[in-house]
Amino acid sequence: MVKFSEHTMKEVEAIIARYPQGKQKSALIPLLHLAQEEFGGWLSAEAMDHVASILSIESIEVYEVATFYSMFNLQPVGKHVLEVCQTGPCMLRGSDDIIAYIKSKLGIGVGETTADGMFTLKTVECLGACGYAPMMQMGMHYKEHLTPERVDQIIADCYNHK
Amino acid sequence: MAEEIKKLKVTIDNITIDVPQGTTILQAARMIGGEVVPPAMCYYTKLQGSGGKCRTCLVEVSKGSEADPRPMPKLVASCRTGVMDGMEVKNITSPKVLDARNGVVEFLLLNHPLDCPVCDQAGECHLQDLGYEHGKEATRYEFKRRTFEKHDLGPYIQLHMTRCILCYRCVYTADQVSNKRVHGILSRGDHAEIATYIEKSLDNDFIGNVIDVCPVGALTDKTFRFKNRVWFTKPVNAHRACKCCSGKVTLWQRGEEVLRVTARKDQWGEVEEWICNECRFEKKKTSDWVIEGPTHVSRHSVISQGHYEKLSKPAETFSKVHDERKPKLLMDIHSVSEVNDPSIDLSVIKGPATGKVFEQTKKHS
Amino acid sequence: MARKLLLEKAHVEGIRQFDVYRREGGYAAVEKALKMEPVAIVEEVKKSGLRGRGGAGFATGLKWSFLAKPEGVPRYLVCNADESEPGTFKDRYLMEFIPHLLIEGLIVSSFALGSNRTYIYIRGEYAWIVGILEQAIAEAKQNGFLGKNILGTEFDLEIYVQRGAGAYICGEETALIESLEGKRGNPRIKPPFPAIKGLWDCPTVVNNVETLAAVVPIMNLGAEEYAKIGVGRSTGTKLISACGNINKPGVYEIDMTISVEEFIYSDEYCGGIANGKRLKACIPGGSSVPILPANLLLKTAKGETRYMNYESLSEGGFASGSMMGSGGFIVLDEDQCIVRHTLTLARFYRHESCGQCSPCREGTGWMEKILHKIESGKGVSSDIDLLWDIQSKIEGNTICPLGDAAAWPVAAAIRHFRDEFEWHVNHPSLCLTQNYGLAHYADELSVVA
Repeated sequence: MVKFSEHTMKEVEAIIARYPQGKQKSALIPLLHLAQEEFGGWLSAEAMDHVASILSIESIEVYEVATFYSMFNLQPVGKHVLEVCQTGPCMLRGSDDIIAYIKSKLGIGVGETTADGMFTLKTVECLGACGYAPMMQMGMHYKEHLTPERVDQIIADCYNHK
Repeated sequence: MAEEIKKLKVTIDNITIDVPQGTTILQAARMIGGEVVPPAMCYYTKLQGSGGKCRTCLVEVSKGSEADPRPMPKLVASCRTGVMDGMEVKNITSPKVLDARNGVVEFLLLNHPLDCPVCDQAGECHLQDLGYEHGKEATRYEFKRRTFEKHDLGPYIQLHMTRCILCYRCVYTADQVSNKRVHGILSRGDHAEIATYIEKSLDNDFIGNVIDVCPVGALTDKTFRFKNRVWFTKPVNAHRACKCCSGKVTLWQRGEEVLRVTARKDQWGEVEEWICNECRFEKKKTSDWVIEGPTHVSRHSVISQGHYEKLSKPAETFSKVHDERKPKLLMDIHSVSEVNDPSIDLSVIKGPATGKVFEQTKKHS
Repeated sequence: MARKLLLEKAHVEGIRQFDVYRREGGYAAVEKALKMEPVAIVEEVKKSGLRGRGGAGFATGLKWSFLAKPEGVPRYLVCNADESEPGTFKDRYLMEFIPHLLIEGLIVSSFALGSNRTYIYIRGEYAWIVGILEQAIAEAKQNGFLGKNILGTEFDLEIYVQRGAGAYICGEETALIESLEGKRGNPRIKPPFPAIKGLWDCPTVVNNVETLAAVVPIMNLGAEEYAKIGVGRSTGTKLISACGNINKPGVYEIDMTISVEEFIYSDEYCGGIANGKRLKACIPGGSSVPILPANLLLKTAKGETRYMNYESLSEGGFASGSMMGSGGFIVLDEDQCIVRHTLTLARFYRHESCGQCSPCREGTGWMEKILHKIESGKGVSSDIDLLWDIQSKIEGNTICPLGDAAAWPVAAAIRHFRDEFEWHVNHPSLCLTQNYGLAHYADELSVVA
C-alpha cells in the first residue's frame, strides 16, 4: 500500500495550509513532486490515487495533471535521470554532441535506462540555462558548461557515491 | 419586479438585430439564422465553460461598440465573445475569416483518419459537414497520421481517439451532467487524448450523453456499432415514463426495429434534454416507447433522404410527364457511348478503363 | 559604466542573507511604501513608465489600475517566475543572487494592490531556487517585514513559493493561474481577464520577477528619477540574458540607451563573437521574437543605429525589425545553420503546446515535421511556401500567444533567410555535411561591424 510517511504528511499539511480553505486542489502539483520523490522517482497509479484521496478530488483530476507536466515520470526511471537540453541556444553550443557522447558512453538511447538501473537519458526542452550551455538537469540540480570530460566526471561521481 | 433587460444592437454581415445583454456573437448570429451563423465544433450552449477551443467560429469584429468603435485587432471566437452595443461583426463577408476558417478546418482534418466509410457518425458528423463546406479536396499533409493506443471504455461507449478533435465537450458533460467523471484529457499538445488512465468503464447514470455531444465519431454508441448507416434509419420522436430523466428521446428505427436511442437535438445539433443510460441503452423495443411521430430532419441532411415527415409521399410527378408510361431506363447509354459496352469483359482491360480502351478492345475482338 | 538598479548589489558578499541585504539599504522601499496610500504607489509605478519585463512590455502601472476591487473579495498578486522562453535566464539570476530584492518588491507591490497572500510561481526545474527564496521569506518574516501587522501597520502579508512541473505554457498568465489552482496548464479564454477574475475567480495581477523587483528602485528613487533613466518609453534598466556564440554569455543589466553593436562587441557585455567568428544573426528578445540577420540587427532598414530598447528593436515592424521581448539575446555565428536552429525552436513549441486549440496543436507539429524534412535534405521548394502558409494560419488564430510565438520564428527565418532554405532544398546531400554560412550578409556586415 502506497502511503506518505508521517514526516511527509506534516509537509503535506503545511502545503495545504498555504491556500484558502476549500482550495486544497492547488496543492496537487507540490504533492505530486513529494510523491515522486518519496515513491522511487516516478508516479504509479496507486501513488496518484493516494494524492487524490488526500486532496479529496477524483483520481482522473490527478492523472490529467500528472500527464500534462513533463517533470512527472509515469514509468520507472533509473537512479539518476540525465535530462539534456536540446533547444536552440544549447544546440548552438554543441548539445547535439553531448547527447551523442552520453548515448555512446552509457550505451543507451534517449528514453532508455542502463541495464544496472543507474541512468536514464532524456532530452528536454529549454531549462533556462542558455548562457551556461550545453547543460543538463540531474535531479534537483543543473550541470552546466558540459564537455565530454565533465560528463565522464559526473557519471564517475554517481558511481562513487553509490 | 424584474428590471427591463437592456437590448444591445449588433450587426452581423450587414444584418442588424437587437439582443439582450450577455448574448454572445454566436448566439446573436443564431438568432438571425441562415448563412451568417458561424460553425461551432466545441461550443455547446448547455455546457458551462465550453467553447473557444476549436477556433472554427472565429469572426472579425470590425467595430467594437458604439462607445469604442475601434476594430478588434485579432479575429475572435464568436462563441465566447459578448456582444457590445453597436458592435459590427463580419463572418462570411470577411475574406480574413474565411481564410482563417479554411486553415482551422485543415488543421482539424490534418490527423483525422477520414474513415467515414466505416464510421458510425458519418451522416451526422459535424466535421464531415465542415469539411464539405470549407475543406480542400486533397491534403497537404504528407506525414504519418497520429495514432493512439486503444482504450476500452466499457460496454456502452466506443472510443476512437484518432477521430477526436479535443473539443472537451465530453469532459464538461461528465462533470456537469453525470455524477462522476472517470475520463479526462491526458497528456498535452498533439499527444493529448481522451482516456481513463487505468482501464475503467464509463457507466454511471447519465454518461451516455457524451455520445450525443461528441461532434465527431470519437465517442459512439457501442450498442449501435456497425448496425446500420444513419441515413438508412428513420428517426421518430418517442417518450416513456422514466424515473431518471424526462424520457423524451429520438428512436432510430429500421422497419419495426429500434436500432438506436438518442436525446432529441435542436437545429444546431445540441441536445434538448439529457437522457439517462437506461433509456439510451436498455430500451430497444418499440413496445418500450410511445411514438409521437417523425423527427424533423433538415432537408440539407443526408438523413432526410427517404425520410417523410408528413403522412403522404410527395405527388409522383415523374409518371405524369411521361404520359403514364413507366420506362425502366431513361436512355440506353450504349446507344451513344462505347464505354462499358456490355459485350466487353472488363477483366481483360489493364489499368483504368477509358473510352479509348473500349474502342481498341472492340477492334481486337 | 551603465547605471545598475537591480544587480548593483547582487555580488556583495552574503547578499542572500537578510542582514547583509538590510545593511546595504534593503527594505527601505517597504518602509517608504507602507507610509503611503496604496493608490499613490500605483500612481508612482504608472509615472515611472515601467513596462512588463516578461515579454509583452505592457505598462505595469496601467495593468495594476485595471485590478477590480469588489468589497469583501480577496485580491491576489502572483509573481511569474516560470521563466521558460528559450534564451531567457535573467529571472533565475536575480532570484539566485539577490532574492531579497524580489521579496522586497513583492511586499511593496502586494501592499499597493491589496494582496494579503502572494504567490511566487516558479518553474519546476528551478528546484534549488525554491530553497533560496523560502529562506529569504523566512528571514523577512523573522524581521517583521512579512506576517501580521508589518512594521506596526494594519497590513498582513504571506508569500508562498509554488513550484511548477515542466510546462512553458505556464508562463502565460492564465495558464499559470490554472496551474496554481492544481489544474492542467491550459490558458483561459479571455475575457474575463485576471484583473477581474483570476486566481480562484478573484481579481489577480500576474507580474514577472524582474518587473516586481524594479518596483524597489522606483520606490527608492521616486518615479520621476526612474523615468529619467533610459530613453522614450523604455524607462529604467533591463536585464538581458545573452547566450549563443558569444565570448561572455551571461546576464547584463543595461540602461536602454546602448546600441546593439556595443552590447555585442564591447567587453563590458557580450565581448564579441566567440572563436573569432563573425556575426550571422541574432534573436534579440527570446526565441519567439523574429530573428534578424546581422545587417538588420545592427542598423535599421533606414540605416540608423539600432539600440537595445523597446522602440528601436521593433523599428521596421516584423518586415525588418524584431522585439525586446523577454530580453533573451541569442547570438548565432557564421557557422550556424538557420534551418536547424529554426527546427529546434519549432520542436520546442510543438513540445510545449498545451493542445487545447486546433491551430497550435496541429500546426506546430506540422511545421516541425516540414522543417525536419528540409533540414535532412528531403525538402522540396514548395515546402518553404507551405511552411509560410501554415505559420500564417496559426498566427493570431489561437487562444493564447503561444501560437504567435511558434509562428514568428518560422516566419522570420523564411523572411530573412529564404535563400538558405532554398539552398537546403537544392543541395540535398551537401546540406547534410556543410553549412550555408554567411552568404550575402557578409558583405553588408563588413561595412557595419
